[in-house]
Amino acid sequence: MRSWWWKILCFILVGFTVLGGFLMPVPRLDILNETIRNLYFHVPMWFTMILLFAGAFYYSIKYLRTGNLKDDVYALQFTNTGIFFSIIGMLTGMEWAQYTWGAAWSNDPKELGTALSMLIYFAYIILRGGLKDDEKRAKISAVYNIFAFAMLIPLIFVLPRMVDSLHPGNGGNPAFKQYDLDKYMRIVFYPAVAGWFLLGLWIATLKIRLGLVRYRKEME
Amino acid sequence: MLKKISEMSKQILLTIYLLLITVTFSSAQTEMADVMRSNGKIYVVVTVLATIFAGIFAYLVYLDRKIRKLEKEK
Repeated sequence: MRSWWWKILCFILVGFTVLGGFLMPVPRLDILNETIRNLYFHVPMWFTMILLFAGAFYYSIKYLRTGNLKDDVYALQFTNTGIFFSIIGMLTGMEWAQYTWGAAWSNDPKELGTALSMLIYFAYIILRGGLKDDEKRAKISAVYNIFAFAMLIPLIFVLPRMVDSLHPGNGGNPAFKQYDLDKYMRIVFYPAVAGWFLLGLWIATLKIRLGLVRYRKEME
Repeated sequence: MLKKISEMSKQILLTIYLLLITVTFSSAQTEMADVMRSNGKIYVVVTVLATIFAGIFAYLVYLDRKIRKLEKEK
């Protein structure tokens, strides 16, 4: 958490995304025009959210096994950061949709699935706020977090693919092929996902470290 | 009668010709930011974004150092 190498890597990857994202060529597609470049920004927000929530899932299980409140700090901060990225992902998606799909909200299955998932995780925060005792709060919210993550799978990955959808990769749309994810786009897209995830991880570890300092202060 | 037919066929040919022209124009070039690229303004876009992200990173490094200090104090 304290090493610098992956943070420098994060800087390089996100920097490359910003440069290559606008300067490198992209396919010329109707309706999307230049907004296809949003692929390098909007989509990694969601990938990062999923990975951070996976971290929260892991530490929730860990807490239930060890009973160590430090694991609860990890779970909480991974969840907090994941929620932050989900909000950014939703906002950027709505901004993108307004100009390409004609409306900020279309009741598209994936839009609905992610909105539901976000509500479930908001409820996690509210649940924690209502519990005073440290251990009880950690235990109950760990169990809730596990169910919340389990719900992500059908809501975001399974259901949208089974019905008609506007999103590429769902409802019979070819996954990303609609964007002709040609080699030029792949060159920026893969580093973008990695870079944005490292950024999310950096933010999460900063919050975790702060939480651990507070925890240690309280134990004295 | 022959004159009318030849006039009509001229009109039809003209219409087809015009339609073909519009079709070729509409499908030949999807609008992209070619103008911004050609006058170099795309680099303004890149600079603005690079500045924003450099600022974000600087802030993260600042926070990282601050927390490092807090951790050492303990």
